[in-house]
Amino acid sequence: MKISFNLNQKSVDVEVDDGATLLWTLRDKFELTGAKYACGIAQCGSCTVHLDGNPVRACILPMRAVEGRSITTIEGLGAEHLHPLQEAWIKEQVPQCGYCQTGQIMQAAALLNKNPNPDRDEIVSFMDGVLCRCGAYMRIIKAIQSVSTKG
Amino acid sequence: MKAPELKDISRRKFLKKAGGVTFLISAGALLPTLYSRTSDNINAENKISAWVRIDENEQITILNPAAEMGQGSMTALAVIIAEELDVDWTRVHIQDSPIEPDTYGMQWGGQLGGPMITVGSRTVRGYFNGLRLAGAQARKILMQSAATKWNVPLSEVSTSLGEVTHLASGKTLTYGQIATSLKVPEKLPEVSESDLRKPEDFRLIGKKIMRFDIPAKVDGTAIFSIDVQLPGMLYGVIARSPVNGSQPTLLNEAEIVARKGIFKVVRLDHGIGLVGESFELCQEARKLLRIEWTKDSKAQDYQSVAAFDQYHQLANASSAGEVIQNDGDAHKILQSATKTYESYYKNDFVYHAQMEPLNAVVSVAEDGKSAEAWVGSQAHDSARRAVANVLGIAFEDVNYHPCYLGGGFGRRSLAGYVEETTHLSNAVKRPVKLIWSREDDVQYGAFRPISLQRMQASVDGEGTIHAWSHHVVGTGDGLLASGAKNPYYTIPNQYIDLRSIDHGVRTKHWRSVGHGPNKYASEAFIDEIALDLGKDPYQMRRHLLRNNPRELKVLDKVAEMCQWGSVVMEGRARGMAFAERSGALVGGVAEISVDRENGKIKVHHFWCAMDAGVVVQPDNTVAQLEGGVIFGLSSVLHESITFKDGAVEQSNFHNYPIARMSDAPESIECYILPSQEAPMGVGEASTPVVGGAIANAFLALTGKALYHMPFTADRVKEVLAV
Repeated sequence: MKISFNLNQKSVDVEVDDGATLLWTLRDKFELTGAKYACGIAQCGSCTVHLDGNPVRACILPMRAVEGRSITTIEGLGAEHLHPLQEAWIKEQVPQCGYCQTGQIMQAAALLNKNPNPDRDEIVSFMDGVLCRCGAYMRIIKAIQSVSTKG
Repeated sequence: MKAPELKDISRRKFLKKAGGVTFLISAGALLPTLYSRTSDNINAENKISAWVRIDENEQITILNPAAEMGQGSMTALAVIIAEELDVDWTRVHIQDSPIEPDTYGMQWGGQLGGPMITVGSRTVRGYFNGLRLAGAQARKILMQSAATKWNVPLSEVSTSLGEVTHLASGKTLTYGQIATSLKVPEKLPEVSESDLRKPEDFRLIGKKIMRFDIPAKVDGTAIFSIDVQLPGMLYGVIARSPVNGSQPTLLNEAEIVARKGIFKVVRLDHGIGLVGESFELCQEARKLLRIEWTKDSKAQDYQSVAAFDQYHQLANASSAGEVIQNDGDAHKILQSATKTYESYYKNDFVYHAQMEPLNAVVSVAEDGKSAEAWVGSQAHDSARRAVANVLGIAFEDVNYHPCYLGGGFGRRSLAGYVEETTHLSNAVKRPVKLIWSREDDVQYGAFRPISLQRMQASVDGEGTIHAWSHHVVGTGDGLLASGAKNPYYTIPNQYIDLRSIDHGVRTKHWRSVGHGPNKYASEAFIDEIALDLGKDPYQMRRHLLRNNPRELKVLDKVAEMCQWGSVVMEGRARGMAFAERSGALVGGVAEISVDRENGKIKVHHFWCAMDAGVVVQPDNTVAQLEGGVIFGLSSVLHESITFKDGAVEQSNFHNYPIARMSDAPESIECYILPSQEAPMGVGEASTPVVGGAIANAFLALTGKALYHMPFTADRVKEVLAV
């Protein structure tokens, strides 16, 4: 089937199998590999991207549901420059293995879009669906706080 | 026997013999950017090996021989070379070295050239001396070259941040200028300790250095093997034995091959592989596989929950196990002492749960005589060899590209997934990316083994522990034994032995290995004794550490950090633990509360003090300590793999929960004690203290001991109900 949608500010069309999900379409058809496969059942958040500005787990999102919508991936988050969260991630030296971090950043960016000054509890509750096995949570919280207090 | 001809002695071997370290500077074109992480250009250079390249634009490229799995050592190793080479860090690029263990292996028995294996927190320890000398030797070659050019004695030239200067004449040459016309001398200059920078003069070692890999990890450009895309690439999945060792018979191959997008069915000893157009199509076809598995493997009847009964019997058997330590006569004293203690501690299997499931990309050539591979491995040399062995070709005929690892924690030092990928690619002679689904990664995992620890001790009239016995029982042999000894505690009579049964299930190193279970048992046991004697657990440990001032300092530091003994908020308590792992000494304190309704333990604060000798990257080391605490906390509170009829019962994060952000303490405070001693391993250092610290806080809070990790809500409720 053919799906038309907006990907990182550009209109795109793609031919996919009926059962295709957004995650594998992004990775295989668009070579956008920033969103990661890790659990496949929306339990870990490594594949998080934005659907019309809201964080979604691309691993379970059928391509059918993407028709006519806008998708932003980590590759489209910063556009010309790094997003302030990406800068904060570098400054706070957040990533370890880094595999989940694009998902973490996309989830955090969605949080700040909705709530530019979240308190710690709001951060934790919004970010709780994105797992980090290396245990970089302390620095993730710090990085989000460093951006939110600026705003 | 014919004597080897001179031409057979490669330059590399000659240099190694002559210099003790392998090093060469070569002037060359600007190397690919750090993001590409391919080593093609380096492999192309007639296999002349090198740690450092300097080009005319003053770019310094330092090669990284270790796996980068989040521990940050790719930056640490470059820092070590750059320190001695005396260069401006902002000009340093880091690139993966070729996978050639003769040249790039870590120090093993005194010299570089051992395995290229990133395990046991060995990387910085294993390369520190060798790479300092390599850096110093490179610097000396540059100095010699400049001195020769200026016709002045070597003793009159010096270096500063990428320049050689002759002070008397005011002449200066940059490293880049020297490198463009450099002829590396036939005999490399000797370097020794005296050529090395003094620790007080370090400019990079011990300073906050931004990690090299992080920018690519925040903009999505970092390449893990799962991200590698090749023209004509196919995907692979494998349905593996649900019970270790069972073998498949496929009943419906024709039906599967007829499926849309499926190219090939590959029969393996331990599973049925599918190669197809996409991961999703392969996964769909896989659901339709009808496989009969043999039922006669050793693991077939294994029930992990019931196995604890067997371990109990073994722990109480009079026959000795494999003796790990036997000082004095612990058992005689235990029999005659008036005050004795005994406790049993249990630990479930735990799974690595690295976020990137196992995967690899292999492309076998049409003629089967060469291959190319992209792998994230903790043992790149054995992964490269695995490809070669499957195909029956030479190591050199595998063009191997190390990739970032989305976590390792011990799982990625096995090469089975690389062998599998090679088999699939060989079957179709096209590039294949094999992906383990998360379910595969859990169910075909290799786990930190289950164990039961029988602890016994006795105290003398003054309440000093004078006898200690520890039977480590479980499966996994040596994996169980790591950390069983507590050499820093002064206990005159100690007996420790290992009683391992092979159930035929897969076991593996897991961040800090047996230290997790063993330190939990030891440290929890000490607090039970302290509680009974009415002693403060900190003072009890101070006394046990009385002959080890270095360890004592660490313990005192963590007590000072948390203001041990001060008033703790109502409903909370603190627990302390001490451990050594990979040479690093760590004291940890947890502050917890317990929800008595639902049984949930909440860790509010964690303090951690460490002495690990010279610490190359302190900020990154703090990140390792923080991460190690959360990794430990995750296993201590949540993680459990169980086997029923030989098969793993868990399959994904819904039934194998790991720590989420809401589990993270409000603060983790870390302190690294300053030291000029040899560097030790920091990547696993904080994990082993977490079990003991939490159990001890629980004991202080409730008066009840926790005897079975993980301390899940259900188990806590059970303990509180008694």
